[in-house]
Amino acid sequence: MSVLIENVRVIDPADRFDAIGALCVQGSEILARGAIPDGFEPRRRIDGTGLWVFPGLVDLAARMREPGEEHKATIASETLAAARGGICSVVVPPDTDPPIDSPAEIELITGRARQACGVRVYVLGALTHQLQGQQLAEMAALLRAGARGVSNAQHPLASLLVLRRAMEYATTFGLTIVLSAQDASLTGSGCMHEGPVSTRLGLSGIPEAAETAALGAILALVEQTGARVHVARLSSRRGAEMIAKARAEGLPVSADVAAHQLFLTEVDVAEYDPHCHVIPPLRTQRDRDGLRAALARGEISAICSDHQPHEPDSKLGPFSGTQPGISALETLLPLTLRLVEDGLLGLHEALARVTAGPADILGLDQGRLAPGAPADFVLYDPHAIEEVRPDDWLSAGHNTPFFGWTFAGQVRATWIAGRPVWTRSSEDSA
Amino acid sequence: MNETSTPSAPPMASRLPQPGPLPHRLQLTDDGQLRHMLTIEGLNRELLTEILDTAESFANMNEKAVKKVPLLRGKTIVNLFFEASTRTRTTFELAAKRLSADVLNINIDTSSATKGESLLDTLRNLEAMHVDMFVVRHAESGAAHFIARHVAPGISVLNAGDGRHAHPTQALLDMFTIRRHKGDFTRLKVAIVGDILHSRVARSQIHALNILQTGEVRVIAPCSLLPADVDQLGVHVYNDLDAGLKDVDVIIMLRLQRERMEHAHLPSEHEYYQLFGLTSRRLQLAHPTCLVMHPGPANRGVEIESAVADGPHSVILEQVTYGISVRMAVMSMVMGAHQS
Repeated sequence: MSVLIENVRVIDPADRFDAIGALCVQGSEILARGAIPDGFEPRRRIDGTGLWVFPGLVDLAARMREPGEEHKATIASETLAAARGGICSVVVPPDTDPPIDSPAEIELITGRARQACGVRVYVLGALTHQLQGQQLAEMAALLRAGARGVSNAQHPLASLLVLRRAMEYATTFGLTIVLSAQDASLTGSGCMHEGPVSTRLGLSGIPEAAETAALGAILALVEQTGARVHVARLSSRRGAEMIAKARAEGLPVSADVAAHQLFLTEVDVAEYDPHCHVIPPLRTQRDRDGLRAALARGEISAICSDHQPHEPDSKLGPFSGTQPGISALETLLPLTLRLVEDGLLGLHEALARVTAGPADILGLDQGRLAPGAPADFVLYDPHAIEEVRPDDWLSAGHNTPFFGWTFAGQVRATWIAGRPVWTRSSEDSA
Repeated sequence: MNETSTPSAPPMASRLPQPGPLPHRLQLTDDGQLRHMLTIEGLNRELLTEILDTAESFANMNEKAVKKVPLLRGKTIVNLFFEASTRTRTTFELAAKRLSADVLNINIDTSSATKGESLLDTLRNLEAMHVDMFVVRHAESGAAHFIARHVAPGISVLNAGDGRHAHPTQALLDMFTIRRHKGDFTRLKVAIVGDILHSRVARSQIHALNILQTGEVRVIAPCSLLPADVDQLGVHVYNDLDAGLKDVDVIIMLRLQRERMEHAHLPSEHEYYQLFGLTSRRLQLAHPTCLVMHPGPANRGVEIESAVADGPHSVILEQVTYGISVRMAVMSMVMGAHQS
């Protein structure tokens, strides 16, 4: 089908294209942006006056909870939540149950995704067998089955030797290795940042060194092996500085940050709020500002949701006994654009961190509106104002500290491969 | 019960607009009365003084032949202990009985129970039996806050120790003991010695001493037993026992758990006793009228010499006695807040 969206502000942060004009879609691809090509006769015309169109978001970390934890969420429920949040592509970490360590799990997930609303679901394969940290997973088979990279999620590796061998083996196939920088022994039973707040609340702390010590080991091995490594979910200023230095030295490393790390700190744990129980933990204001600065300088090139939906019981208990994680698909875009309001980033830079930035990390075609790119885009009303409310929420997990926050702007419709997969009903947008 | 004093149902935290409930307000009514006793932090000097004054009146009564008053007659108090305790549970039980309440002791072995849901299930079942107060001890920090947030309106929660976080009635009985002997806090130097990192007692004592405007509060421990940024709680940090004990008026010793050696906090009990054990010789560094306190049970020869624990400066057994009066005071005050 051919579609013309007229009089719309077309924003493509990938090449800083920004003009009021047209977006032309032919089949599942972008045909043109700005001017309408001669002879283009669309089957459908949409008036985009007052609206923006920009590439659909690419989210580097979203747990769908399927297979294994369907009582928390399903691919069907969470892809719809993603679409409502303007996210067209999600990357699923391998810590499902069973873990994604063979083609069978990849086929199951992609099969379920095909039956869902249309959001593209990519997977990371396991780095080690059953994520146990000892024996390597069959990475070549995972790559053939469609894995976009390999990762051990938040599961520790038995030794630095295993990490070294995993890096070498993955490099054989050009696979990107996605690693979380968390030393397991320094993390211990910790459940929040180690500092004055953990001392006051009597909670076991996770020191900053749990991140920087692990990062030091990772970077040393990247230097040794030349492996392409993406560091997932930075939480500290020092960690961000280490990544910046390594990139400046030309090491093939990149990094992302979860959106909540850019807004919340250890202080938000307040009186044991389980919605602020996340791993890696919320750290100090200094860390938050350091992460923001690294993001603004492009040293951190992606913001992800780190979406982790939970059933209510998971968050019902004393803090350390609750399960960590935030249901975050539907707040990724609003929080990212809040950074523009805060004056941290320009609109293009902010959008790049959730579109082309993450797409480039895993070599995806999405996240841009250039002719020939997949027609994945968001129709966005910058003038609307929306409060985050449980009644509107589509994720099965209601575990978010952001209910009650109000944001400027709202997604009108999310299109994937040239088709609308989610559209705000007219009474909602009134 | 007066309609106006009925507290509003605890809101689900997720539904609240930010910034959420004011810190420490969970345990107070709108007019500043104690509704629960969860932590010393955030209470004011007047309230602490009122608790100590109330405890004083019960202490006089406890020395008489007839030790019972009908203040809580017809009330049901449940001692809900998810962690073993003899002394704390016993003194809470005696306090409740001397106030004429009915007491139910429930010990739940957490090693066999799962967390979270089962805690709430236990709570709901007991609520259905129309109890008036829970006295809770739990191994996880924040457990008492969690229960207070989810308990039915009208039920009070007393924290009898949650993880490393707080043990408010222990701190209050310690303040009561200090006040009986020393009177004014403002000129006192108080040293807390030992495993501050894992101690809920120390955290509550530090808050209480600072609220009562104690002249100087010191903590004395090796760095491996001090929590991060402990100075921000309002204490002076000493790593040397001799230096830290100089001229202090009160020494509070903390119990050292055996498992600290297994997790590499310390090399051995022997070395700990040599460096941080309170001996008769070291006691001479303190003020001549110095009090020696310990929340119990003391490890003789590990943190304290027997001669000191049983010596003339020791008020360790008095602490136990006063524990009953202080707990009577807190119990009667929280029930008063619910009834007034």
